[in-house]
Amino acid sequence: MSILVIAEHDNSSLKVATLNTIAAAKAIGGDIVVLVAGANCAGAGEAAAKADGVSKVLVADNAAYEHQLAENVSLLISEIGKDYTHILSPSTSNGKNILPRVAALLDVEQISDIMSVESEDTFKRPIYAGNVIATVQSTDSIKVITVRGTAFDPVASEGGSASVESLDVVKDAGISSFVKEEIAKSERPELTAAKVIISGGRGMQNGENFKLLEVVADKLGAAVGASRAAVDAGFVPNDMQVGQTGKIVAPDLYVAVGISGAIQHLAGMKDSKVIVAINKDEDAPIFQVADYGLVADLFDALPELDSKL
Amino acid sequence: MKILVAVKRVADANVKVRAKADGSAADLANVKMAINPFCEIAVEEAVRLKEKGVATEVVVVSMGDKACQEQIRTALALGADRGIHVETDVDLQPLAIAKMLKAIVDKESSELIILGKQSIDGDNNQTGQMLAALAGIPQGTFASEVVIEDGKAAVTREIDGGLQTISLSLPAVVTTDLRLNEPRYASLPNIMKAKRKPLDVVSPADLGVDPAPGVTTLKVEAPAERQAGIIVESVEELVDKLKNEAKVI
Ligand SMILES: Cc1cc2nc3c(=O)[nH]c(=O)nc-3n(C[C@H](O)[C@H](O)[C@H](O)COP(=O)(O)OP(=O)(O)OC[C@H]3O[C@@H](n4cnc5c(N)ncnc54)[C@H](O)[C@@H]3O)c2cc1C
Ligand SMILES: Nc1ncnc2c1ncn2[C@@H]1O[C@H](COP(=O)(O)O)[C@@H](O)[C@H]1O
Repeated sequence: MSILVIAEHDNSSLKVATLNTIAAAKAIGGDIVVLVAGANCAGAGEAAAKADGVSKVLVADNAAYEHQLAENVSLLISEIGKDYTHILSPSTSNGKNILPRVAALLDVEQISDIMSVESEDTFKRPIYAGNVIATVQSTDSIKVITVRGTAFDPVASEGGSASVESLDVVKDAGISSFVKEEIAKSERPELTAAKVIISGGRGMQNGENFKLLEVVADKLGAAVGASRAAVDAGFVPNDMQVGQTGKIVAPDLYVAVGISGAIQHLAGMKDSKVIVAINKDEDAPIFQVADYGLVADLFDALPELDSKL
Repeated sequence: MKILVAVKRVADANVKVRAKADGSAADLANVKMAINPFCEIAVEEAVRLKEKGVATEVVVVSMGDKACQEQIRTALALGADRGIHVETDVDLQPLAIAKMLKAIVDKESSELIILGKQSIDGDNNQTGQMLAALAGIPQGTFASEVVIEDGKAAVTREIDGGLQTISLSLPAVVTTDLRLNEPRYASLPNIMKAKRKPLDVVSPADLGVDPAPGVTTLKVEAPAERQAGIIVESVEELVDKLKNEAKVI
């Protein structure tokens, strides 16, 4: 078997999601090749070569791939991907955007968001917001798969010594262009990589009150997340949303503050190792998944938590 | 500009669907069905573009068994002009759906095709991207804003780190994210009017597509359940438990 892993990176460095995806590739077994498509992305290519278990890194360095435009990158992947039995990408927003396009160009189905590898053609994946787990088998000649990062422990980022090859395949579909990006800057860890997350919901009442969470987050080295209700109400930006249609997280500790525990929110965090819920309503569904529940007003509990840490 | 909107019939978002005891499928007996929330947003966006005079016609398509016509009627009540039902009892997967949509796009000369980003039952997040690939046209996925101007679509997308804006030539595919708009409620007169709007029924064969699935579901099961936890009495107790029992801080 030969597996092509699509790297998630910011041109200069590799994102952890790539290491989770390489772990899924290892579980399938076979020769693992990583594709880094980007612009001035030698740094990401070098990082990929050091990852454990990788035999070769292909670097496609061209302006056409700078912003990961799906129209261009999918043409590249579908062309070189023909030589592989599996094409894997993390289920990040880039992976979700690009990979179905690759599958369609190769005339095969895509298997989204796998959480385990049962065999080379059989995988488990969550459906119905994770309330049902399906075991699915693909008969396609090339298996195109996105990988749920939280389900696979990342491979070591150091120690490997893969060869690096540059690809001069330039695919520019010429039908889309990048205009601008507003990337939220934060000193805190990224949500999907954080060991501790503290999230706020509608109960926070406004964006200003998220400061109460932030001071606690800073003490714990935590990332700050949110429910969709908090995002919709404009308290915080969209990239903080945890849930079925937001980010899927599984930190060692997840603290949900003023969040009721709707199905869609639970779908994004219920695989966390330890869950804490702080809510003034003792009947809130979040308590059904919480290891430690505190029935309290968050405006009392958060300052107290801050002082006791 | 003609807009095509794809809508899927799914279990209502408020229902906690479970696996059947025999592991054959999700148990949908007596479950309330609805239009996929993302598809409802897609319909709303198309109708707003028509109200603004950008679009001339909004056609809505749904694929599946006879019951999907209920969701097509809902979309018509929200303001779509006419419906197409691709009737089949086959368990449809994204590639087949995308191929059938491509056939309809060709026939209808649709210039903008709006889909949900994800169906909340299968959680695939694939169909729009596949359609765009098959049609050789650009895509604006996870859209939180769509502006049609100078023969192009400027789409603001929700990405992992924040927001990205891209410019697409038309025709193009857009898939909706939750913040694109807030769908209206259908008024009673509009629900009545929708009953008289045209609704064509076609088969996969009419569209020249074999809908056979490429992926088989071997079994379904419940996820690992969490152990019920405890209620702590104070912040002090919570901190103590996290430090000394769970050892996570
Ligand atoms: C298609 C679809 C997709 C969705 N995707 C997501 C998703 O990805 N992520 C997501 O989170 N949601 C998602 N949702 C929304 C979800 O259904 C819920 O509406 C949302 O999660 C509710 O957010 P919340 O818990 O913050 O708000 P609410 O349900 O309003 O809960 C607020 C909670 O705060 C508590 N509270 C209020 N004041 C205080 C106080 N002073 N002290 C302590 N507690 C207090 C209340 O008791 C209550 O339990 C989706 C919905 C749909 C239809
Ligand atoms: N059976 C269907 N009929 C019509 N549209 C569909 C169907 N299945 C999926 N779609 C469209 O594709 C979108 C994404 O679905 P999915 O790729 O399954 O997550 C949905 O929001 C719909 O717009």
